[in-house]
Amino acid sequence: MTEKKIVEENIKHFDFKFLTEMSKISIKAEPILNIGNFHIPNSLFLSFFVLFGFSIFAFSYYQASKAKKKNKFYYFVNLILKRIYSFFQSALHDKVSVFFPLIGSFFFFIILNNWASLLPGVGSLLIKVVEHGKIEYFPIFRGNNADLNTTLVLAIISVLFIQYSGIKYLGFKEYIKKFINFSNPINFFVGILELISEISKVISFSFRLFGNVFAGEVLLAVMAFLVPVLVSFPFLLLEVFVGFVQALVFSMLLAVFLSGAIAKHH
Amino acid sequence: MSVDAIKLLGTALAIGLGALGPGIGIGIIGGKAVEAIGRNPDASSQIQTNMILAIAFAEAVAIYALVVALIIKFV
Repeated sequence: MTEKKIVEENIKHFDFKFLTEMSKISIKAEPILNIGNFHIPNSLFLSFFVLFGFSIFAFSYYQASKAKKKNKFYYFVNLILKRIYSFFQSALHDKVSVFFPLIGSFFFFIILNNWASLLPGVGSLLIKVVEHGKIEYFPIFRGNNADLNTTLVLAIISVLFIQYSGIKYLGFKEYIKKFINFSNPINFFVGILELISEISKVISFSFRLFGNVFAGEVLLAVMAFLVPVLVSFPFLLLEVFVGFVQALVFSMLLAVFLSGAIAKHH
Repeated sequence: MSVDAIKLLGTALAIGLGALGPGIGIGIIGGKAVEAIGRNPDASSQIQTNMILAIAFAEAVAIYALVVALIIKFV
């Protein structure tokens, strides 16, 4: 047997392997574990680690804030949080303390998941999965925002929260007057357009985030296999920047829509 | 023509034509932002923040076109 055949025979017995050729790019996140009827896809698997890491970070910040003598870690995280807080204060002028828990959580969730999808091993460590009797190799880790399910969830929660905040701050009747307005025909059509634009917000939120992160992953995979030496590095830096900007844009857009929803009608 | 050939053509056209509008849009946004900084250098950081935000929106339209192209090619 040739060397290649001996290597392949040995690989068939292992469960894991490294990527040696161009991976199959699939839009759907592949399930790597099936618990009963629930499939755990590889993007969810990576987000468990991100959640675990961030919980440790948040808990240690909480402990440091309760200590008598504050250490440098506490002041450093304080600096970052104050910058982010004042950034959202420019959009939501005095209601920022009410909405910052949600907007800040979305910001940290999106940015940490975007950056975690750039770590070495994500997308290149493969695991053997037997699907319908066929042996296939899927990546064991995948960026969480490269899965349309995650971004759709974030978008739906955002839009429903915007409606809820509008109703809570303005009252149901006055909030509905923004959409269904019989005073004159022009306002009626503007109201219908506002309704349609609320639904399109779901699509725009989810596809902006999904498209940026997934296209970045495809770009990195294609670049790594076109020129295997050194060319991926500037694209990796671009992906770090894009991950940061998309988290910023998602949270800022949510803040701007919130401030628009709780503002009185003209 | 075979289905595969038309798929490849569709992919290329989707992203090619879809990147025209956002390219022009981002250029206009950048130009106006730089002009505003030139007129008022003290407000430069505020202008820069708003410019980055507006560029991300314009780029989102190009990303929609890219997602359509990827769906045509890989699904």
